[in-house]
Amino acid sequence: MIELGTHTKSRRDILDKVERISEVDVFSCYQCGRCSGDCPSINLMDILPNQAIRLLQLGEVELVLASKTIWICASCFTCTSRCPKGIDIARVLEALRQVCLRKNIDELDLNNIPEEERERYPTIAWVSALRKLSG
Amino acid sequence: MKSFAYYPGCTMKTTGKAFEQSAFAIAKVLDIQMREIERWNCCGTVFSLTIDDTMHHMATIRNLVRVEAMGESEVLTLCSMCYNTLKRANEFISSDPVRLSELNDFMYKEDLKYSGHVQVRHLLEVLRDDVGWDALKAKVTNPLEGVKVASYYGCALVRPEGAGVDSLEDPTVMEDLVSSLGAEPVQWQSRLECCGSYHTIGHKELVFERTERIVSEALKAGADVIILSCPLCEFNVGSRQPEVAEHVYGFKQIPVLYFTQLMGLALGIDPKELGMDDEAILKLIREKVEV
Repeated sequence: MIELGTHTKSRRDILDKVERISEVDVFSCYQCGRCSGDCPSINLMDILPNQAIRLLQLGEVELVLASKTIWICASCFTCTSRCPKGIDIARVLEALRQVCLRKNIDELDLNNIPEEERERYPTIAWVSALRKLSG
Repeated sequence: MKSFAYYPGCTMKTTGKAFEQSAFAIAKVLDIQMREIERWNCCGTVFSLTIDDTMHHMATIRNLVRVEAMGESEVLTLCSMCYNTLKRANEFISSDPVRLSELNDFMYKEDLKYSGHVQVRHLLEVLRDDVGWDALKAKVTNPLEGVKVASYYGCALVRPEGAGVDSLEDPTVMEDLVSSLGAEPVQWQSRLECCGSYHTIGHKELVFERTERIVSEALKAGADVIILSCPLCEFNVGSRQPEVAEHVYGFKQIPVLYFTQLMGLALGIDPKELGMDDEAILKLIREKVEV
């Protein structure tokens, strides 16, 4: 069973890093849920964006880092634009991706892309996917 | 004649050729000179969102150094993602002398320096602010009367705050453009929604879902055609439609054009010069207007 609400030193270190490189104070979120309500890709996420922020507040950093959510977000900035507390949620999710990618853990495995499809994808798709999903 | 340094971006030379070709065609009619930057490189396509990552802005800013070398102070882009990336990286680096000098230090071997003074512009801004809708109307020889157009902004053209060409939640620049061409802008739901962007590579089911929604909303609003300003949106919302039709029962398709192509038709330019060889699209427009 997962014990919630424990801020161990290593968890605190990761959270500090996320807050530092995103310049966002995750504790300023008051859980209104607007980000999740307006997210266009919510149905493919396993944790809602507001839940991800709540889990970070509770110190459950590993749960968020292991979620699909951080990789499904494509930084469309709808949540960021509409957050009543001015929290840049897209930046928090990018920081979480960066925590993984900087350990050289890639999310996108090019071997899974069928060869016949590779040639038709626009350059812009390749560059952005590799920038967002590989370390 | 208004002159700009022109930054194409990678996709304008591959799947987005029609965008570039049609932009040059309408620029000629409107007396806008676009001089392509020499030795430009990829802008990176997405703005790096972490603050400790100056190196990821290097490729972007290098293009602005080339703009200054041309003696120009403004750079014009067509692609929404290039625009967003160039504009935000420019603001991020230029607004902080420490970051600017850090970035310049990366280029010491080339003896290049960026002053931080280049202005990044999108063609839609130039049409609205420099050309003006009245001047554009005066050039229309072939008003697109009766053509109902859904303007699709997506993300990069409007978000986040301060990075867009227009209002964050209620932009009108594309609808104003459509009206100036004599066509009818439709009011619709999904014009600011993300198309799924780069997930087209690893998560195409996500993109199919987005496209299904965006196209259905446009059709529901009575649109004949969707216009947009991004070659990745074009791929997802446009080129992917036949695949969506295979996956979603009852899915109806709609033609997708770059805004410059629609402009070209209204300005009386030969469709071939607009990179429009798709007979289906032309047929649809011809039913309403003689092109």
